[in-house]
Amino acid sequence: MKTLIKNGTIINADGRINANVVIEGETIVEITTEEVQADVVIDATGMLVMPGLIDMHVHFRDPGQEYKDDVISGSETAVAGGVTTCLPMANTTPINDNASITRAMIAKAKERGLIDLLPIGAVTQGFKGDRIVEMGDMIEAGAVAFSDDGLPVSSSTVMRAALEYSRGFNSFVISHSEDCSLCRHGVMNEGPTSTILGLKGMPSEKEEIAVARDMLLAKLTKGHIHIAHVSSAWSLKLIELARKEGVSITCEVAPHHFSFSDEHLLTYDTYFKMSPPLRSKCDVEAMKEGLRSGLVDVIATDHAPHHTDEKFVEFDKAPFGILGLQTLVPLTLALVKEGVITLERMVELTSANPAKILHLDNKGKIAKGMLADIAIIDPEMTYVYDEKLNKSKSKNSPLLNQTLTGAAVKTLKSGRVVFDFPNCL
Amino acid sequence: MAYRHKDLLGLRELSKEEILFFLSSAQAFKDLNNSEVKKTRSLHGKTVINAFFENSTRTRVSFETGAKRLGADAINFSASQSSAQKGETLLDTIHNMEAMKTDIFVLRHPNSGAAQFVAQHSDACIVNAGDGLHEHPTQALLDLMTIQEHKGRLEGLTVVIIGDIFHSRVARSNIWAMKTLGMTVKLFGPPTMMPAHVDVFGCHVCKTMEEAIEGSDVIMMLRIQLERQDGSTPFPSTREYSKFFGLSSTRIKLANPNPIVLHPGPINRGVEINSDVVENPEVSVILNQVENGVAIRMAVLDILNRNRNS
Ligand SMILES: [Zn+2]
Repeated sequence: MKTLIKNGTIINADGRINANVVIEGETIVEITTEEVQADVVIDATGMLVMPGLIDMHVHFRDPGQEYKDDVISGSETAVAGGVTTCLPMANTTPINDNASITRAMIAKAKERGLIDLLPIGAVTQGFKGDRIVEMGDMIEAGAVAFSDDGLPVSSSTVMRAALEYSRGFNSFVISHSEDCSLCRHGVMNEGPTSTILGLKGMPSEKEEIAVARDMLLAKLTKGHIHIAHVSSAWSLKLIELARKEGVSITCEVAPHHFSFSDEHLLTYDTYFKMSPPLRSKCDVEAMKEGLRSGLVDVIATDHAPHHTDEKFVEFDKAPFGILGLQTLVPLTLALVKEGVITLERMVELTSANPAKILHLDNKGKIAKGMLADIAIIDPEMTYVYDEKLNKSKSKNSPLLNQTLTGAAVKTLKSGRVVFDFPNCL
Repeated sequence: MAYRHKDLLGLRELSKEEILFFLSSAQAFKDLNNSEVKKTRSLHGKTVINAFFENSTRTRVSFETGAKRLGADAINFSASQSSAQKGETLLDTIHNMEAMKTDIFVLRHPNSGAAQFVAQHSDACIVNAGDGLHEHPTQALLDLMTIQEHKGRLEGLTVVIIGDIFHSRVARSNIWAMKTLGMTVKLFGPPTMMPAHVDVFGCHVCKTMEEAIEGSDVIMMLRIQLERQDGSTPFPSTREYSKFFGLSSTRIKLANPNPIVLHPGPINRGVEINSDVVENPEVSVILNQVENGVAIRMAVLDILNRNRNS
């Protein structure tokens, strides 16, 4: 079957072009300015044709907490956000610390067939922090990287072993950077707002100390460390230093950390409660600068569904985390509109760089021979992100029922249309 | 100008007029409390539930006394005997009690923001009787009433608050109100007991006990809440604490003429404050605070009840 996407503006990390995309089967076979005969024709006039987004950090709660989201609803949420590849974290129940769970997750995603699911395995068995998992076995099963996300690997010796061992498999470790011994029971950023609210704070140093340790361990081992959800200005300074010194280090920033500051918490709204927490306005500016300058490699959502009942409690008792997959495109496009980044840089952050980091040679670019994972994005459409549009089983987004601008209106996975924005195209 | 809101959650958002309105209303109730028949009927037929999710006998008794003198049916609910321990959510507990046609909840809760959370989802009036490390508005109002009585004014006075500012919702409520009322507030305590971003209060932070006391009209001592220190060590020993941060008769001499000393109680004698200060009727107004507490709580209940009915 032949599909033609015509009249769109193709955005790649290295430039843009007004041209048509011809797809045969799963693959892009031609980029052309000619009109080509096809079985399916998609008119993308006024639209941006981008490589399918790759979200390196999601929580699908499957297995174990399927009432929040599962691989199926997670996949549906992803493609509704233009995301065609997801890396679910290992903090499932049971924990994804062995090949059979990895295989089961992948199989479930394949059955629905909306996205490529590339599981992140645990670093340590049972998240206990001592023995590293069977990385080789898990990579064979389809795992792509390793993280105890949600918990830091507190032992430096164990982290060293994980970096050394994963290097041998051409894989890497994702650091959830937190020094938990610094300020326990913190529920938000430590700052003027936490002082006013009387909520226990998490100073940004709690993150920075752990970033510093892990970059030093990457230096020691020559392994690759990827710093998850960077939230503080000093973390970025440290990463910049490490990179200048040749350490193999990459990092990601979540949309909420470049969109909101801790002042949003003044009403004790638990939908703004996340870890790492929303930081100061200065930190938000630093994230934007990192995104602009090229220091930040990846935008990843840390999509963390929670049930309404769990969030509808006293602030201290609410779990950390918010939805992210369906707000990734509008929040990132807001940066483009603000002039912080270009559309090309947006593609680099959301697709090209993740593909590079993950060694996915057939993704991250709209070009001949690449897999036809494509997000067709309307940058100007305004709409209310309401419960009808929300595909997650959870509703914990502070943006729910807000008017947003910009969305994926059609998502193609391996050449097949897997999402169509209601009442569009 | 009267106070027009459904709830009393904190003093940070209150205007000068609103704070003074509470203080002047309380004066009438104080007169009543000093008369032969300490009772009115302004809350007759109303139900006030003291919902205490954290222990505090003195605050509860003060509210209970106030509610009963206003003619309300005052019911005490404490978490130790509650369904909260069986896993019921705070809001379900409150909604259950609301279904029993409660008019006013007096809420004491260990989590900051709990009073606001309940107020947003309940039709009853909520009085914040202390939420986490956030606010304790009636305690601050009774402090202000006591200061006003003894000094004859509030504006222009210099107050120093000494001790564990970080854990003190009493300090927070007082700081906001005192700044609104045109008072100068100084803070002192070990740096480990200061909030990391204390400058948000706009108060001078003193370096020594001497600097703290000097030039102060009012000395407000906070209780060392040893039970709240969750593992960290804000000071090495109570011996050292009393030496560098405790209030003694000698130190009081550095203050402005006729200083007064407040303490929210219960007192750790010999730690944050010496007995010779507590027992000195010239300076200690601690029992006046307790007396005024009932009057303030009556004023608050009465005003919220009027707002509810109007
Ligand atoms: Zn994490």
